[in-house]
Amino acid sequence: MLEARNVSVRRGSKALIAQASLAIVPGRLTAIIGPNGAGKSTLLRTIAGELKPSEGNVFLDGTDIARIPVARLAARRSVVSQASTLTFPFTVLEVVMLGATVPGFALRDADAAAAAQDALTSVGLHSFAPRLINELSGGERQRVHIARAICQMNTARRHPGERAAILLDEPTASLDLKHQDDVLSLVKAQSQNGRAVLLVIHDLNLAAAFADEIVLMAEGRIVAQGDPNDILNEELLSHTFGCRLRVEAFSDGRRLVLPNAISRKMGRGVAAE
Amino acid sequence: MTTLDETRFAAQSAVRPKRGNVFIALSLLLAVIAVFSLAIGPTGISLQALPRAIAAALGYAPEGTAERDRLVLIDLRMPRTLLAAFVGAALATAGAMMQGLFRNPLADPGLIGVSAGAALAAVATIVLGNTVGAPIVSLLGIYALPVAAFFGGLITTIGLVAIAARRGQLAIGTLLLAGIAVGAFASSISGFLAYASDDRELRDLTLWSMGSLSGASWQKVLAVLPFAIALTFLVPRLTRALNGFLLGEAEALHLGIDTERTKRLTVVTTATAVGAAVAVAGVIGFVGLVVPHVMRLISGPDNRVVIPGSALLGAALVIFADIVARMAVRPAELPIGIVLALVGAPVFLHLVLKRGVGGWE
Repeated sequence: MLEARNVSVRRGSKALIAQASLAIVPGRLTAIIGPNGAGKSTLLRTIAGELKPSEGNVFLDGTDIARIPVARLAARRSVVSQASTLTFPFTVLEVVMLGATVPGFALRDADAAAAAQDALTSVGLHSFAPRLINELSGGERQRVHIARAICQMNTARRHPGERAAILLDEPTASLDLKHQDDVLSLVKAQSQNGRAVLLVIHDLNLAAAFADEIVLMAEGRIVAQGDPNDILNEELLSHTFGCRLRVEAFSDGRRLVLPNAISRKMGRGVAAE
Repeated sequence: MTTLDETRFAAQSAVRPKRGNVFIALSLLLAVIAVFSLAIGPTGISLQALPRAIAAALGYAPEGTAERDRLVLIDLRMPRTLLAAFVGAALATAGAMMQGLFRNPLADPGLIGVSAGAALAAVATIVLGNTVGAPIVSLLGIYALPVAAFFGGLITTIGLVAIAARRGQLAIGTLLLAGIAVGAFASSISGFLAYASDDRELRDLTLWSMGSLSGASWQKVLAVLPFAIALTFLVPRLTRALNGFLLGEAEALHLGIDTERTKRLTVVTTATAVGAAVAVAGVIGFVGLVVPHVMRLISGPDNRVVIPGSALLGAALVIFADIVARMAVRPAELPIGIVLALVGAPVFLHLVLKRGVGGWE
């Protein structure tokens, strides 16, 4: 289990995150939502071990990650960063194979290629292996990076009982509706397979549809966290995002967030079905 | 009928040669060029006579060995070829590593000011060697210039790392910009020294700054041997980590790579390689930029192939350029830097135009 306890990150006098505590649990998909500049990505990068907290600590199964060797940490969690770009003409297979190169767990090339091919198949890109990554569409490229993260978790050896975590920073940004759905279904499947998944996402409805738990952040603080139906609360969201939002409730309990402008045009009672 | 998707697929697929095959082919190329380098020169040794001369050089003198061939081979060609191989391998390796670290195909050892620092020290040795620096120069004798160049490069690197390190972390952007600034500063002081020098000194340092292997000797080969061994040992340990850097520094960390250690080792390794190469052969540009680029066209961007492959290809290229340098205007010699730029620049341009921009944008 990866857990941030009372973590603050400062740059100069500005607090990017203040006193944030968050645990991500195997088998569950946790989504961080919040307005721009709320500190969502900063929190994810801190939990990933990329940023060092100014106060507080991040723990992996009770051990401060600052004291865990980077390779050991890489066997336990993989990360899909926002907009990874590659300057050189890598093929899709080569990118995914990088996931099988964690020092100490690196596979021989043939095995790494096989593992990478498996990961590509799991993201629906099994025929893409020899293609150049710079020439793929945004959605395809995003799935390649997810495959790399999956490959990393599939190949690095863990002790019995140690669980893997995958952290994704806005994996659906700039994707169309179909690809948003593809990517999130993929990520959801990873959590259902017993991995802990943490993702930063802007779309509240997608977050509600896929997440087991939602963390709402604003101005570097965690404002609320819990069951999606509790977080999708008209008053809470309108206040946090600083604009009027409507939350429509379906008869089966699911909820849908609409910006006020859209909601007004459609008239009240969209969800009455 | 081919659908649009299939044609796109065909155009985008990349076939990579097997790593082992690439190394075998490059080693063969290097071996062939090295043999020619032993045989060709203002005093030619025929290829038939070469085995006998080599046997003689190793202490077995079969019948009919010309003493002249043996001397030319041992005292001139062998050290020169070995030194050319080292210089080429060191510069190309350094270029490939810099490009990997900075994720930029235009990075070059010259970019972070290491060669400029080494050059400044060498220029200072030439210009001030008869006056202010006389005691040091007389102490080191013929080693004064290479030793000065090597430490010039090393001191520049240590200064750069000190500037770019913040709270124990090396900022790559700062390193690059500081390197450019330090390089420009060192070049301007070199320029000032050149301005203040007399005619003889000016000629010496102009020739040195164009690079040459004409001063090759077994002493110089022995001097670079420790560096060659150290690089052979160190560089392969960094290639995998530098592959991670191609995704980005944060991604490299996420992949479990000790990024701070990799950055420091890469900077120190390249600085050492460039410093040693500049020390024995003067400033030779072009190799560090172009060879890794050609390697990427051959093998794709995997640094486990690009970096060792660059060492082999760089060695072959510099030996070849040196053959041209000593044959083109014999019995005089061209500076090798001129040859490399003259032959290499059009070839490079051709490659870039033929292959788009080599796949990078």
